[in-house]
Amino acid sequence: MSDILQVIKETIEGNRVVLFMKGTKTFPQCGFSARAVEILKRSGADFKDVNVLVDPALRQGIKELSNWPTIPQIYVNGKFVGGSDILAEMHESGELQKLLRGDEPSP
Amino acid sequence: MATSRQETIQTVLSSGLEPVHLDVENESRMHSVAPGSETHFKVLVVSAAFQGMNAVQRHRRVNELLREEFTRGLHALSLRALTPDEWAQQPGANFRSPPCLGGSKAG
Repeated sequence: MSDILQVIKETIEGNRVVLFMKGTKTFPQCGFSARAVEILKRSGADFKDVNVLVDPALRQGIKELSNWPTIPQIYVNGKFVGGSDILAEMHESGELQKLLRGDEPSP
Repeated sequence: MATSRQETIQTVLSSGLEPVHLDVENESRMHSVAPGSETHFKVLVVSAAFQGMNAVQRHRRVNELLREEFTRGLHALSLRALTPDEWAQQPGANFRSPPCLGGSKAG
């Protein structure tokens, strides 16, 4: 496995909620990333932001790891949740809040 | 004349998903790209093919169908993928794309 994928995996495993985004949570550089930040903040979630614009290998690596062609991407508890449309849908339905509170029944 | 990406997306999704409803909107003008670009799209697709699939699986299905377009410069896709039953319950579903913040200029 390449180094960058290893770094990404460690980030995902080491943080409960991770947002791979363009820009940072204080300065998003894409509307979709900004929307994801907004939703996570409104959900009261503490989350780690990873700016994919700082490294083309990181930007490509996360797309490959998730098999997902766009940014932002959200991981919770080490699992891929989706992009900003899915996050918005889950926020509207209340599913996201449940997931972040840890209400999900254990598998 | 070359086929526009908008037409390609329409054709690919129509044949791949046999949707009962399909809206493909070019939103590139809202973003920091050259006039006439076909980089940012919004798609609402209603298809029985999504029955029994969760949101991530639905998005993956659409992304797979559009894989070629993503490699050719399709940059952002806002997607709402519904089953006919869900569509009947929420025909006016609030589905708006966020404003651009200029990040795609960064690379």
